[in-house]
Amino acid sequence: MQTHGILRTAGGPSPPDTGWEFLPHGADIGVRGWGPTREAAFEQAACALTHVVTEAEIRPRSEVALSCEAPDPELLFVAFLNAVIFEMAVRRMLFGRFHVAIDGTRLGATLWGEAVDVARHAPAVEPKGATLTGLHVSQDAEGRWSAACIVDV
Amino acid sequence: MDPALLNRVDDVTWRIEPSGPMHVPVVIFADEALIRDMDDKVAEQARNVAALPGIVGASYVMPDAHWGYGFPIGGVAAFDAEAGGVVSAGGVGFDISCGVRSMTTGIAAAELEHVKESLAESLARAIPAGVGSEGTITLDARQMDAMLAGGAAWAVEQGWGEPADLTRIEEDGRMAGARPDFVSNRAKERQRREMGTLGSGNHYLEIQAVEEIFDPTAAAAYGLVGGQVVVTIHCGSRGLGHQIGSEFLIEMAAAAQAAGIALPDRELACAPILSEVGQRYLGAMRAGINCALANREILGHFARRVLRHFFPRAEVRLLFDVSHNTCKVERHRTGRRERELFVHRKGATRALGPGHPEVPAPLRAAGQPVLIGGSMGTGSWVLAGMAQSEERALASACHGAGRAMSRHAALHRWSGRQIVDELAMRGILVRSPSLRGVAEEAPGAYKDVAAVVLAAEHAGLARRVARLRPMIVIKG
Repeated sequence: MQTHGILRTAGGPSPPDTGWEFLPHGADIGVRGWGPTREAAFEQAACALTHVVTEAEIRPRSEVALSCEAPDPELLFVAFLNAVIFEMAVRRMLFGRFHVAIDGTRLGATLWGEAVDVARHAPAVEPKGATLTGLHVSQDAEGRWSAACIVDV
Repeated sequence: MDPALLNRVDDVTWRIEPSGPMHVPVVIFADEALIRDMDDKVAEQARNVAALPGIVGASYVMPDAHWGYGFPIGGVAAFDAEAGGVVSAGGVGFDISCGVRSMTTGIAAAELEHVKESLAESLARAIPAGVGSEGTITLDARQMDAMLAGGAAWAVEQGWGEPADLTRIEEDGRMAGARPDFVSNRAKERQRREMGTLGSGNHYLEIQAVEEIFDPTAAAAYGLVGGQVVVTIHCGSRGLGHQIGSEFLIEMAAAAQAAGIALPDRELACAPILSEVGQRYLGAMRAGINCALANREILGHFARRVLRHFFPRAEVRLLFDVSHNTCKVERHRTGRRERELFVHRKGATRALGPGHPEVPAPLRAAGQPVLIGGSMGTGSWVLAGMAQSEERALASACHGAGRAMSRHAALHRWSGRQIVDELAMRGILVRSPSLRGVAEEAPGAYKDVAAVVLAAEHAGLARRVARLRPMIVIKG
């Protein structure tokens, strides 16, 4: 099982010091993304969310735009993951590439992906929602951003 | 968890006395081995719940408890609205009214063995399971509201179920006080094509055999006969419940702050019961309960159709349907007076004792059936609520085996193919679109369900009636 990795950003190769990982939790699973900007950390965490469902390659066949709003950066992260989960559920799609833009309390994102193909993706589990447990959005001393929370599956 | 950190009351009861912000004690029902295996986070989360405003009695922890988010999974907490009590979306969980239903069939397990392979294939085709699966039912806006108000009674009206089922479902199949108008359009959109789908994770449909009977009188009342086939379904309110839970969690985080409630963990987000947000959540959550009741009724109908194709004379009767992620208004005696409480059960089952007027008449003398889902290798249990459960834990009992290991750890240890093959050697057929999903749900990733139910019995919560052995497992 792949438990960490790097998502290539929409615009080309990813900058160094960018990636995602799973965080173990008793019944559910945590996702964490990191990168040089808050946006990059959110994009990486969304990639981890996809890996909760499948390890297969996701082809960028169609594009979905979403937006959300929340009073603080941590709740904005939860709102973003929940918006991605909503699009996955309603469109029956999986997404492999993400572009996030944050303006204060508002977030806009573009997701690239394809319809679930049960044979090829062998989806393991369906994320129900992002929780406020293990939630953090922060910047370390070197300026690297990190965003994480537990996802209920 | 180190038992030395708890006050031992007896072999299966442990307490943490109130300290700091706690209003009530924590009471944990488990034997010492289960306590040792329990994550430290369970005690921390139970203590946090004990500090919420208006909590009554204790913050109770069931023997299958494990680390949740905010509330422990396997937690029971009751709040008094008049005393500033709160309602919490996290205290109910994302999968509102997730639960279990079992149906008796009268079919001999030995007879079913002859058609097991083809029955497994037919069930796998008839029951949409897993991520990306498509149900056959699509609801328009008017039907959605009717479903959210009507629950399983609505499903029966549509022809997906039988009227006799309704008396064997909590709330007679329809939760009163549901407010479809308090459910967001996004939640409804997520549910539009999800009725009659099983979902994924730990949700399943199993064909089981009654392997062992512990209480012949109760088993007879429940219609359980040794060697006969039972159908058990575990699932909940699907995308609708998840969306309601997610939305109110965020809203309640702000509401708690506005109400001046200090939260040690944001996930405990809650709102006073008598606040606008609290009332709106209760109305939406009750609609979510109806969605789960309708969904299990429809899945039961699909399973019935398949079974009747193979066994035309089979009488597939609903034994009972329980929910284990809810908040319900109930009357309980605490201290000297009886009062109305808002009882949160998150990963805990209501367990009414013998003679309780809310238990359907044919089952009343035995007590309410408590259906315990085990892992796919170890089987499930049917328990009966005990008279003491009211006083012990506001008439509550455990809900399952409870995870002993994270999904992450399970994937490192087992492969899905290995699990499917090993279970097949033992005569258990697993059908799932995802081998990784099977590995994450490996039997070894769960606690010993037999130890959990024994602890529940010793603690006076629910007593053992029968053990069920899995024959076919349909997983998402």
